[in-house]
Amino acid sequence: MDELLSVADLETRFRTPEGEVAAVAGVSFAIDPGESLGVVGESGSGKSQVFLSIMGLLAKNGRCSGQVRFRGEDILGLPAARLNALRGSRMSMIFQDPMTSLNPYLTVSRQLTEVVVEHLGLSRDQARARALEALERVGLPDPAARIDLYPHAFSGGMRQRVMIAMAILCQPELLIADEPTTALDVTIQAQILDLMRVLKRESNTATVIITHDLGVVAGLCDQVMVMYAGRLVETGSVREIFYQPRHPYTRGLLRAMPRLDDIQDGLLDTIPGQPPNLQALPPGCAYQERCPQVYPRCRSERPELRILGPRRGVACHLELGP
Amino acid sequence: MAARIMIAFAARRCLSALPTLLIVITLAFFMMRLAPGGPFDQERALPPEIERNVLAAYNLDQPLWRQYLDYLADLTRGDFGPSFKYRDFTVAELIANGFPASLQIGGLAMLCAIVFGVGLGTVAALHQNSPLDYTVMTFAMTGIAVPNFVMAPLLTLLFGVYLSLLPVAGWGDGAWANKLLPVIALALPQVAYIARLTRGSMIEVLNSNYIRTARAKGLREGLVVTRHAVKGALLPVVSYLGPATAAVATGSVVIETIFDIPGTGRYFVEGALNRDYPLVMGVVVFYAAMIIALNLAVDLLYGLMDPKLRRP
Repeated sequence: MDELLSVADLETRFRTPEGEVAAVAGVSFAIDPGESLGVVGESGSGKSQVFLSIMGLLAKNGRCSGQVRFRGEDILGLPAARLNALRGSRMSMIFQDPMTSLNPYLTVSRQLTEVVVEHLGLSRDQARARALEALERVGLPDPAARIDLYPHAFSGGMRQRVMIAMAILCQPELLIADEPTTALDVTIQAQILDLMRVLKRESNTATVIITHDLGVVAGLCDQVMVMYAGRLVETGSVREIFYQPRHPYTRGLLRAMPRLDDIQDGLLDTIPGQPPNLQALPPGCAYQERCPQVYPRCRSERPELRILGPRRGVACHLELGP
Repeated sequence: MAARIMIAFAARRCLSALPTLLIVITLAFFMMRLAPGGPFDQERALPPEIERNVLAAYNLDQPLWRQYLDYLADLTRGDFGPSFKYRDFTVAELIANGFPASLQIGGLAMLCAIVFGVGLGTVAALHQNSPLDYTVMTFAMTGIAVPNFVMAPLLTLLFGVYLSLLPVAGWGDGAWANKLLPVIALALPQVAYIARLTRGSMIEVLNSNYIRTARAKGLREGLVVTRHAVKGALLPVVSYLGPATAAVATGSVVIETIFDIPGTGRYFVEGALNRDYPLVMGVVVFYAAMIIALNLAVDLLYGLMDPKLRRP
């Protein structure tokens, strides 16, 4: 099947008062229609910036290069006016913080209907019916009574449901969820994840879940990309990443996951140290300072992503020997 | 339900305005009397017995506290008293006489301040750190830094004298040409301040998460700004409108005098120079009440704009 989205050699740089920083470097991947991809990494690993670059939503001081094809059409760096034909209709995005991502000065109905009025040219009444239908689908209780309220009358979980409804209004081919549950209570997180699972089953929308929670990935995704310091360090199917992790960082992340069946000593494994400063990356592997199995070679030569299979790759010298 | 809350709020605010007014009246009353000289002092002193009679006629021979209480009592009956200088007029008549001109100048200045201030500020914010932005902000800094009593003569000199395009002063029965310069001189500092305020809050809003959401929805940039950004960005401007009207009111005192406009502000200056106590007091009370009322109106407007304050 044709790829829905293909990204080649994406690089995203930010101009800062201290100089230029590459938040994303050399990232390549592809998503098939209907596929579900998990993107994992800690804060600052560049996982959100990859998709903000694709959506054309970088902060003003950001620039990106490389190639991004959506259904074969090159879309990276298109002017906003051309991107707007895709954004919100064929690809849409859900953000991390539902408390601030909805406009506090407009009613929920206004914020939902404007999407379909803009993209599908529906009348106000048709748009409203469509918005109610979407709110129904995302499980907002009593949408007819709530649709004319302002966001402040909604709880965090309800706002995230509204955000999701907004994103699926035009039945997009690609839905990007940037840490959709991070800002929510644990019980609400579970509800939102269930909702994402149902939506995935019911439609042929390809989804990207950006998260630092491997548990979310395990339950929702087919493919996984692990990012560290702006680069891909390992890619593979969920099964491969969870059962045959090949990068020490991926293994570290898996060990750091709390598990209900682990009752040995009650202590959670952690990865010592901190992610490196992107402005002063060491030569060689960015993970060298925290890696338990570091070779001398890792300090001088940056490991490229080695392709191990159609959707499998790892950027590490470990298996190649010192 | 919301309307009832609004009315209750307005009523409470009106009540709390009374102590403010009392303080303003008291301060103005005693400051006026502290100034040396009196309303009937002239180059040549009046014969003592005539002076005594005149003072007695206006109750100025009473002790000060007595006069103060009398004045308050008159005020509660809505009586501003007679003018000492314009003997045929009451203070209320003089205020009513001057207010239409003041209202036109002040109202137009406020309108200019809002329209041009918000417009320039928005343009600057949308082109942040561009030459256009720097031009607008330089203009704004100048507008804030140059006081209106400097700006007004400079404008007169340029447009009235050198270019001979506009009358240098006078009211001309309210002709547009006569209003132009005073309105510009009065509005300029407010245009400048509102432009800076709008730019700052607009930049903040444009960087907010909900604007990113609006862009992610594929809305045209024009719609993102007008529908999603403007409302939030204008809230600080709305809360500044109260102080702005106060600034325009005080500014008009100077501007009306410079441009010789027969408004309330000019009566105030003449009243102060002539020690026309009731006239000065009348204008002070009138302006204070007006500014308090406008501040209340601004608060109600703010309540209408911010959905969080509208919660039933």
